Amino acid sequence: MNQGDLKGEYGRWKSGTYGKACARFPERRERFEGSSGIEVKPLYTPLDVERIDYLDDLGFPGEYPYTRGVQPTMYRGRFWTMRQYAGFATAEESNRRYKYLLEQGQTGLSVAFDLPTQIGYDSDHELSAGEVGKVGVAIDSLADMETLFDGIPLNKVSTSMTINAPASMLLAMYIAVAEKQGVPADKLNGTIQNDILKEYAARGTYIYPPKQSMRLITNIFEYCSKNVPRWNTISISGYHIREAGATAVQEVAFTLADGIAYVKAAIDAGLDVDDFGPRLSFFFNAHNDLFEEVAKFRAARRLWARIMRDRFGAKDRKSMQLRFHTQTAGCTLTAQQPDNNIVRVTLQALAAVLGSTQSLHTNSRDEALALPSQDSVRIALRTQQIIAYESGVADTVDPLAGSYYIEALTDEIEQKAADYIQRIDEIGGAPAAIERGFIQAEIEESAYRYQMEIESGQRKIVGLNDFQIEEERPSGLLKVDPAVGDLQCRKLEELRAKRDGATVEASLAALKRAAEGSDNLMPHILDAVRAYATLGEMCGVLRDVFGEYKPTVAY
Amino acid sequence: MMDEGRKIRVLVAKPGLDGHDRGAKVVARALRDAGMEVIYTGLRQTPEQIVAAAIQEDVDVVAMSILSGAHNYLFPRVTQLLRERGADDVLVVGGGIIPDEDIPGLQECGIAAVFTPGTSTGDTVKFIRENIKR
Repeated sequence: MNQGDLKGEYGRWKSGTYGKACARFPERRERFEGSSGIEVKPLYTPLDVERIDYLDDLGFPGEYPYTRGVQPTMYRGRFWTMRQYAGFATAEESNRRYKYLLEQGQTGLSVAFDLPTQIGYDSDHELSAGEVGKVGVAIDSLADMETLFDGIPLNKVSTSMTINAPASMLLAMYIAVAEKQGVPADKLNGTIQNDILKEYAARGTYIYPPKQSMRLITNIFEYCSKNVPRWNTISISGYHIREAGATAVQEVAFTLADGIAYVKAAIDAGLDVDDFGPRLSFFFNAHNDLFEEVAKFRAARRLWARIMRDRFGAKDRKSMQLRFHTQTAGCTLTAQQPDNNIVRVTLQALAAVLGSTQSLHTNSRDEALALPSQDSVRIALRTQQIIAYESGVADTVDPLAGSYYIEALTDEIEQKAADYIQRIDEIGGAPAAIERGFIQAEIEESAYRYQMEIESGQRKIVGLNDFQIEEERPSGLLKVDPAVGDLQCRKLEELRAKRDGATVEASLAALKRAAEGSDNLMPHILDAVRAYATLGEMCGVLRDVFGEYKPTVAY
Repeated sequence: MMDEGRKIRVLVAKPGLDGHDRGAKVVARALRDAGMEVIYTGLRQTPEQIVAAAIQEDVDVVAMSILSGAHNYLFPRVTQLLRERGADDVLVVGGGIIPDEDIPGLQECGIAAVFTPGTSTGDTVKFIRENIKR
């Protein structure tokens, strides 16, 4: 049948069969739409994918434009990496949790650091009071890092570290632990988040102003391309942008706009796009709307491939491949009837797998209440294992491709994200758009709309604004012992007494001189790390030279 | 009771190092839409900074948000400093990921209400209107 016939037949169905049914039984809503305001039609047909060219727009797995996945065999070769984000209290306690997760079949580590570590303060800094060990593990020096990975061979695991402003220091500590284990840096696998732009826009753990932060980032790109070639030097993150309230389209647009800014900064610093491009990685959210999410992942892959090839002239196909980690959406979890969260996480994880993610964190059911307990984390990991081993969805590549709906939606998300990126380009790129508050304002607007939809009842959240029950709050929640702060301060005191003060001083002075000049800072940071300089000392030196970022508050 | 015609003034504050401000910003906007005057401090405020801002801006309410677990340390510091500065007629409320078992202790320290995940902004507005102290 040709398209003309189809168009006629579709029109006949729409006004006839469908129209009559609607007249008798009106649909649940006047207009159906996804998070980004894209209208969801009652039916998708070949007419909706007319402008899609299979070879140009979809292609084959492992080939440009990577819509169907970055690997030729995808999960037929190997499942995604099951990587639960974990870390709390001390290095000893987190080390025990990592070993537990590895015993339970987890295949990669993901380190959560506490806020003082993420913002470059030692545990005994006055601003650290009350925060030590709370949202992650407290790391003050190489000594803590040695404990954190004690008994975990770093040539056998891949480790992701959620660390941004002080990413150089934590990467240097990881390299130094590996040295002590006899593992050379070129055998290390892992990722540092190292994405400062989304910290300014959505997550908040910035230290230095943008220019100096971009220098730290490009220093890492350069250092790793020569010394730690298998390391993912950045994880350009939409996750937190989405958690802050963005829509699916905004998540893709703002993340790739940040990516563009990093690529530009590195090229401006004299690097070749294909020297660092293959080590860029991404991090996305998996939210509730299953099909919108699958389409989002596919759209992001295609758009990035086109940007890297056409805008930056990348030649290495690895530079064009958008590889990404996914975490299910923490902001969708409810404190009410928390066991229901297991079901939400299952659907979100399914979206990530159908969207061909490279690694996945599944949230635990109790995360709207506290840090996850060990039982909850195990269920979250089992959720991934059930999808992998029992559901069959991993047995063929990109299984939803060719669905009229998925392809039309993939196309529309790509278009709308590209339009946003163009607007950001016109403002002067992501750093300028963040400085002006454009990106923050867009996210806030979406967050407020979402909340108002819940409060008006237009958006139903099961157990929250409908289907409520009287219930007791669950017991057995994990609580970090407040004594962790004191313990960590004592460890710091001992360390300062024990280490060779002169070597520390000399290494910090060298770091300062390098920061004032234009050397790559990584070798200097490594020297300071090896001398057991604390994180606060190293970040403090750079605070003195670089200054600190002061956001302009929009309110 | 409130003077007729004077808008309720609220300081929405993020104490500590926590960067999660989606909730704080949504609440700030909802309070504003409900006719209150709202000042948002931005991230990473010390209790001293929050209290200084509250006094300088002559607010009726301080509404704090923490999702990092540092509430037991930071919330009571704010109420203590307000008392020391003679500003204990300011209504102080808090929100965030706060375990039920911590709530009675926080209330004893002068946090009038703790709003946990799932609270509607309408409930927060209502509580503030009904409990304002000056």
